[in-house]
Amino acid sequence: MLTVRGLCTEYIDERGESIRAAHEVSFEVPQGKLFTLLGPSGCGKTTTLRSIAGLERPRSGEITVEGTVIYSSERNVFIPPNRRRLGMVFQSYAIWPHMTVFQNAAFPLQVGKPRNSRKTIEERVRRVLKVVALEDMAEREATKLSGGQQQRLALARALVMEPPLLLLDEPLSNLDAKLRERMRFELKRLQRDIGITTVYVTHDQSEALALSHSIAVMNKGQIQQTGSPREIYERPGSQFVADFIGSTNFLHATVIGREGDLYRVRSEIGDLKVRAGDELDPGMPVVVSVRPEDLRLSEQATRGDNVLQGTVHTKVFLGESVDFEVKVGERVLLSRAHPSLGTRVGHPIYLSLDAEKCIALREA
Amino acid sequence: MSSLASSATRTTTARRLQPRFDAKWLIIGACVALALYLGVVPLGFLLWQSFFTPQSATQAAELTLGNYREAYGSARTWTLFWNSLVFAAGTSALAFCFGTLLAWMNERTNTPCKALFFALSIIPLIIPGILFTVAWILLGSPKIGLVNLVLRGIFDTDAVFFNVYSMWGMIWVDALHYSPIAFLLMTAAFRSMDPALEESAVMSGASVLQVVTRVTLPLVWPAIFATLLILFVRAIESFEVPALLGLPVGIQVFTSAIFRAVHRYPSEIGLASSYAVTLLVITTIGVYFQSVLSTRGNRYATMTGKGFRPRLIDLGRWRYLTVAIFLVYFLLIVVLPFAVLLWSSLQKFYSVPSMEALQRLTLEPYRTILGYPSLWRSVWNSLLLALGSATIVMLVTSVICWIVVKTRLRGRWLLDNVASLPMVFPGIVLGLALMIVYLHLPIGVYGTLWILLIAYVTRFLPYGLRYNTISMLQIHKELEESAAMCGASWTTTFRRIVLPLLKPGLLAGWIYIVIVSIRELSSSILLYSPGTEVISILIWELWENGQYVELSALGVMFILALLVLVMLAQWVSRRFGIKEA
Repeated sequence: MLTVRGLCTEYIDERGESIRAAHEVSFEVPQGKLFTLLGPSGCGKTTTLRSIAGLERPRSGEITVEGTVIYSSERNVFIPPNRRRLGMVFQSYAIWPHMTVFQNAAFPLQVGKPRNSRKTIEERVRRVLKVVALEDMAEREATKLSGGQQQRLALARALVMEPPLLLLDEPLSNLDAKLRERMRFELKRLQRDIGITTVYVTHDQSEALALSHSIAVMNKGQIQQTGSPREIYERPGSQFVADFIGSTNFLHATVIGREGDLYRVRSEIGDLKVRAGDELDPGMPVVVSVRPEDLRLSEQATRGDNVLQGTVHTKVFLGESVDFEVKVGERVLLSRAHPSLGTRVGHPIYLSLDAEKCIALREA
Repeated sequence: MSSLASSATRTTTARRLQPRFDAKWLIIGACVALALYLGVVPLGFLLWQSFFTPQSATQAAELTLGNYREAYGSARTWTLFWNSLVFAAGTSALAFCFGTLLAWMNERTNTPCKALFFALSIIPLIIPGILFTVAWILLGSPKIGLVNLVLRGIFDTDAVFFNVYSMWGMIWVDALHYSPIAFLLMTAAFRSMDPALEESAVMSGASVLQVVTRVTLPLVWPAIFATLLILFVRAIESFEVPALLGLPVGIQVFTSAIFRAVHRYPSEIGLASSYAVTLLVITTIGVYFQSVLSTRGNRYATMTGKGFRPRLIDLGRWRYLTVAIFLVYFLLIVVLPFAVLLWSSLQKFYSVPSMEALQRLTLEPYRTILGYPSLWRSVWNSLLLALGSATIVMLVTSVICWIVVKTRLRGRWLLDNVASLPMVFPGIVLGLALMIVYLHLPIGVYGTLWILLIAYVTRFLPYGLRYNTISMLQIHKELEESAAMCGASWTTTFRRIVLPLLKPGLLAGWIYIVIVSIRELSSSILLYSPGTEVISILIWELWENGQYVELSALGVMFILALLVLVMLAQWVSRRFGIKEA
């Protein structure tokens, strides 16, 4: 449906120097799927999205929507944004303050070609406003809407021309925390109901995990890893991805050897059995990533691999869970436990690490 | 999707075969070309002319340094230079004192009648310079001036107490006229200074003198200097006062000397140009320092705290003195000038107020002026020019502003500077420059309304730019991008998104330009010809003819009309929440 191949972009900064933004970015989004570009600010995700929109002209690469080339440096094709007919929701929503809700949503139908009759416009705008539950506010001034309503109006405006592709640029970042969580569900339901192919840009990993069919994690202009939310979270391909998505403990280690599907490594807190995405050779330096919730704590010693003893260093009660900082040797590890665990600070505690959840990554 | 596919192939072929016509580039190109033309051409011709001998039927113009040699070789020029300097420095210093005292009284003391203070901000817009000067002649001339007559009556002498036809008279009238500007600028300065800065110095153990020298003065110094600079440039550019008060007694400054040189027979345009270039150099330096100051002003951003209400000094019984000062000032700047105009407009022949004259009150001058042959033509011309120039300026500058603010085009800063260039032109210099341009470019503009339109558009281009820039900066770029994503072309986006969003600024700027164009005199005076008079020129002519009562009648109606316009402008600004630029 959407194919991006070898996309390179650059921009001119204040001093007139050209800065590389995205570099050799390639991905594909199948029909009806929600694809997320996730990364810290300045990683090139927004530039990539704006290149698809046509608001920025990349330096090289090729972008195809439904088999139509909309940008290709080789064939010298660049369709201007106003003739790409893609829907887009901006970070600021960009609701025009001098128009009513209806006028905002009707604008795409009025300016595009072919011309639509007044009746069709009326019909289609009513329909799309109904989809986003704004049909009762059609005549209201757009500036009188609340943040969540403005966001839905922006969505309606992007959808009204029934575009093949919907582009969302951090659409939830301007909402307060509570509303953001509600809109997350609503957005997901809407996308799944309409079945519109969507590219979503965000720096918020929980948003990405909650909404996407597929996520591309970007850093410094390049895609680090592409995969389903579960793959990205449970099998991070690099130290950056493991660190950026969720919180994690990193342990420096050296590979000892292979044991079936797993590897045995010598880490700073003792020998561990771990899983690895890449082929590893003995003697290789690696970093092992273990998520806090995969570090199970108990007061009794358990049998099995990857069991270590430590002492409770600090604990923080968070309501739904308790965060323990456990000191093992010289290292302090973060573990998330059920609030029923009440071990006191300074007391000994046992940690058991699921070998399947310990991911060995090449040293960055 | 097939439509997308076909349009894609069409674009590629179109791109290869022929550049697709786009209204966007036509509009942008036209606006940029117009700004360049208006900003650069007059300056070029003026410089060129100052290096040439006058062209006559027998002799072609030739390159010479003679104009400058004559201008700088003669003692007269140095007198001119000295006069201009004394006049501008005196005016700015006096206006600054008036303005600062009033601003301090208004912002930091509990003087009563504060509502009246803000009436001051609109006075300079309502009373055009020429009427203010004429009113002050009626008040302060040695023979018929009311002030002198009243004082003579009181002290029973024949002495002349106040002579408006002198350097001091000129400074007095011009300083009074510009003092509201000083008031506004210094009010802003007082407002932006957080008293906590002074109070914390006091808490640190500083004495009053130490607070003033180490904290207050260093903080307000940029504002003081900027205010003085603006006043100095305004004063050195001012034409009405030096022409009406200085010329009759032979005190010339640059602006009146230029006027004289052009209106002499045979006119000495080369000499006038070299004066004009000198004046231009002075104003350019002034405007340059202003811009340096305002950029440097950002260093003092900590001063612009918001939401504090300065503690007011309780003046106790002294507040009767301050309110008296204010009332006297108000009398001098509004009540007396307007009253004297009104009085003289109700007389058949000008005579000083007396019981006897009171018997002869008549509306005759109004009848005469309304029946005056060139009145309706001038009003029509003024309206046409004001509406035309305001509309052109606001539309053209909206496009220029869009380029400067919204695009990353190379050289856009240059465009900004070129469009602001007319700011350094004193009105009379611009008039002279345009006169030279269209005497040499035989395109039938000289002697028509068009040349006045060109002058007004050029002169007010920077104002339009300023109003539009303020609004343009507030338009988030995503508002335009989302229109593009909706399929709107640049022209559609500009018409349906950008212009409507600019509306408050456009409207406020438009009305402001209408007001200042209607009062314009110093450029028009060199460019009008019979048939293309405007209202201010008509007033000038009535003065030259000695028709004081008709002039007064016209003046009173003119001031009332301007008052209505200014109130309208204020209403629009409040309604759309735009602050005066």
